[in-house]
Amino acid sequence: MTSAVSILPAQQLAVLNDAYRAAVARKRLRMTLATAVFFAVLVIAGIGAEVNPVIFVNKIGNFVSYFDRIGTLESGTRVWADIGEWFWGWKKWLALLGETVLISYVGTLAGAILAFALNFLAAENTSPAPWLRFTVRRLMEFCRTVPDIVFALIFVIAFGLGPMAGVLAIMIHSVGALGKLYSEIVENIDMKPVEGVRSTGASWISCIRFAVVPQVAAGFASYTLLRFEINVRGASVMGFVGAGGIGQELVVAVRKFFYSDVSAILLMIIVTVFLIDIGTGWARGRLFGREARA
Amino acid sequence: MTRLPAPDSGDLRGRYPEVFDRPVSSRLAIPAMLLAAFGIFVFGLVELEFSPARMLAGLSQLGWITMMMIPPDPGSSLPVYLVALGETLSIALLGTTLAALLALPVSLLAAKNIVPSGIFRFPVRRFLDSIRGVDTLIWALVWINVVGLGPFAGVLAIAVADFGAFGKLFSEAIEAADRKQVEGIRASGGNALHEIRFGLMPQVLPVIAGQVLYFIESNTRSATIIGIVGAGGIGLQLAEQIRVLEWQKVSFLILMILVAVAAIDWISGKLRFAIIGQRAVV
Repeated sequence: MTSAVSILPAQQLAVLNDAYRAAVARKRLRMTLATAVFFAVLVIAGIGAEVNPVIFVNKIGNFVSYFDRIGTLESGTRVWADIGEWFWGWKKWLALLGETVLISYVGTLAGAILAFALNFLAAENTSPAPWLRFTVRRLMEFCRTVPDIVFALIFVIAFGLGPMAGVLAIMIHSVGALGKLYSEIVENIDMKPVEGVRSTGASWISCIRFAVVPQVAAGFASYTLLRFEINVRGASVMGFVGAGGIGQELVVAVRKFFYSDVSAILLMIIVTVFLIDIGTGWARGRLFGREARA
Repeated sequence: MTRLPAPDSGDLRGRYPEVFDRPVSSRLAIPAMLLAAFGIFVFGLVELEFSPARMLAGLSQLGWITMMMIPPDPGSSLPVYLVALGETLSIALLGTTLAALLALPVSLLAAKNIVPSGIFRFPVRRFLDSIRGVDTLIWALVWINVVGLGPFAGVLAIAVADFGAFGKLFSEAIEAADRKQVEGIRASGGNALHEIRFGLMPQVLPVIAGQVLYFIESNTRSATIIGIVGAGGIGLQLAEQIRVLEWQKVSFLILMILVAVAAIDWISGKLRFAIIGQRAVV
């Protein structure tokens, strides 16, 4: 099958070609400029961060051999040759891992409860007063911008060493992070049920309880589970500053060069995070599955 | 005014059995779940040694600390802090860029539409997962052992930790790309590399650029804390001032971090809009 492809007269074609080339040239120029600026910023950043490729090349062998060393027992054999020796402290570590998960559980739940109480004040469509919304929003921003480990550092001094400081730090951070996500869900609800409840003369609390909460409960639960997952990772390093959990053991093992302990604890943390990921993923699936069916 | 007829509840019950006669198991499920959640919560409070006395003592202590933080005051070390802040921003920028450069080729291997065979894709994905399972602070500890104390260790820590996250996000972006452009390239005689370069990359790059900018933003936060274990930046100063109880300096440093994060937020928001905005117009 043949089909005619119309060819434009030469002078018309030349104009179009020129316009096309000019457009492409402008785009390329802009790209080149952006790339140049980006590289300049990178070089400045490299100087600021004391990047030294020579050190990197000289020491990269250390990085690879580090994994070799943490894979070797003191007796010189590979760790998996003697599992009992490798995980010699498994009872203690398991207990500390349990504490880590508990810290993030209690912190997440307490944070979620507070965020639940606050988010209706921060959402545009349910907030009773603009000044209240503004205050609550700034408060939440502060809570989530300051990293949880900084809160932990301060709380360790105020509340003493131990898991309590870790729980409170995670709680504060979760209030900020969850409060924002919750209020975004609330801002996306269907307002008709709220109008319906309000038209019966219901108070603000009744409106929230009977018109808003049923629409947002599943979304809230899903975000809370996700936060729990993130907080387990966060809680695993709380021990670095003395705020409880497995981190304390890990930092001691790294600093004192107990190589096989480092790999054993890291492996246990990774497996725990995996299991929590899978568990919360399953729970989220069930939650949304049921909502979809109803 | 006419009165509404009284509802015939027997009839309603007959018509909507699933509303009036829910099985006990489904009626009890939610209260039971809430009760279990609350039970574990209380167990956790006891197990983690919470007590009202400790709480009160700690809160009053915290009140004192807050009082002593006001007004924020850097003393004579403002130049040192500004340098440290610059260091933190450099760490975030370099770490994220390095991670993105490393993750791009690996994410191709983890994407279903590029590597259809699961045998090859599965180990790449698990590898990325296990990197993500380890916190940035832990990577910082490892790198300090390798390249020594200082911001360079921080750059490498952020690069490795984000490598795992980017690998996953990029491969998802690649999987979500439209097949049609790729097929078009193949139909006009392009090879596999051409398909990736001209069919996939133009679709995926704006998404990736948006994600990288977002990570630079969130890494500014991460970079502030890796100093706590000795990997440079403003976190080092912060941890030191907290240890010596110089609360006015602490509050000043926290304010500096808040301002820096807000500024980066704003800039990256603008840039993201510029990149994605172009795409939305086309």
